[in-house]
Amino acid sequence: MSVATPPYSAAIGATESGFVVELTTFSGPLDLLLSLIREEQVDIYDIPIARICEQFVVRIRTLGLNEAAEYLEMAARLIRIKAQMLLPRGDEEGWEDPRAELVRRLLEYQQMREVVDVLERRGEERRNQFSRAYLPQSPAPPQAPLALSLAELLSAVDRVMRTVARPNMHEVIPRALDVPGAIAILRGALAIKARIRWTELVERTAEPWQILSTLLGLLELAKLGELRVAQVKPFADVEITRDAASEAA
Amino acid sequence: MTPLAKLLEAALFASARPIATDELAALEPDASPAELQAALDELREHYDVDGHGVELVEIAGGWQVLTRAEYTEAIERAQLAARPARLSGAALETLAIIAYRQPIGRAEIEEIRGVAVGSVLKSLHERGLIDVVGRGEGLGRPLLYGTTPVFLEYFALRHLDELPRADELAIALRAARPEPEPVAATPDE
Repeated sequence: MSVATPPYSAAIGATESGFVVELTTFSGPLDLLLSLIREEQVDIYDIPIARICEQFVVRIRTLGLNEAAEYLEMAARLIRIKAQMLLPRGDEEGWEDPRAELVRRLLEYQQMREVVDVLERRGEERRNQFSRAYLPQSPAPPQAPLALSLAELLSAVDRVMRTVARPNMHEVIPRALDVPGAIAILRGALAIKARIRWTELVERTAEPWQILSTLLGLLELAKLGELRVAQVKPFADVEITRDAASEAA
Repeated sequence: MTPLAKLLEAALFASARPIATDELAALEPDASPAELQAALDELREHYDVDGHGVELVEIAGGWQVLTRAEYTEAIERAQLAARPARLSGAALETLAIIAYRQPIGRAEIEEIRGVAVGSVLKSLHERGLIDVVGRGEGLGRPLLYGTTPVFLEYFALRHLDELPRADELAIALRAARPEPEPVAATPDE
């Protein structure tokens, strides 16, 4: 990963004025450190810590990375190593290079970057080839489309139809009511008798249409005021009497 | 082409995913593994020698018919198919670490990359490239991640061994990749 390096002085000025360079240039502090080491062309096993540390601090300010905790942590680590390097080495035998851990991590990171290069190349190659169809991973296999012949469909319909119970069909015969006829009978009956009972008007064997015709005729005449309808108690026989008023008229 | 090669071609055409060798074998139970391989070779040669727009590729432990790279531009320009989005550098780094060190926990990945990887892990998981493969022994029994068959498909790898071995990389650091310890790798359930 190469980075165009802006002139430091100008860039630092820009940082101070709040200008922040893209963070994504480096994928982390180790990436930045490795690129510095490459730029400065120093031996990874013998890193001039003072120089690299200074460069690192300058660079994170330049790139506006000084707000990212990971870069700050690395800067602190470098400064600590630098301090440890300055301490007098009392015993040359037992002295452990304070840079060793950093070197190990850098090498490990470098190794991983090489794998990234391989993956990137392979991924790009595969990206440039289409499979027959791009399907997002579905949790369940798609249902197979229905395969059915017309004969199969019809025989299935037939089976279903046979299991359904035959509907109970009724034949409806229209029977017209004869309300004018019933009114004539009522008027005739009332002309003979002033008081008639419902049971006298309608025979026990009367058809429903005859009963309904008589009822409607009765109500019609009651509305016209030709007769009065009375019932002494619920379900008692209905008494029909000539209306006194109409009689007077 | 032999009938078996034609059958394989039909099956590969019908599938959008790579078909594993044993799945191909189930198409014609009478065929021996050698016959199956011969038919696959025949089909591949048919595509390569006779000049076809597609090729047979061995991928993720199976086989898949893919368009040739030279036609990608035209197909994409005509909006007949679109290439998937590229993975970010952070995603690739994280995947590389998981591929080599699986099963591996988040803390270890962060130690190597030097940055937090929570959101990267989440998106890799969503894309099906990695999966949780167990729990570690350490504090809080951290989730351990591993790569999936989709990972192999994405990078057109036949299997994980196709990646360069650690000691083949330019900077060899054998200590960084110790022999896998089965005790640490398997959850104690």
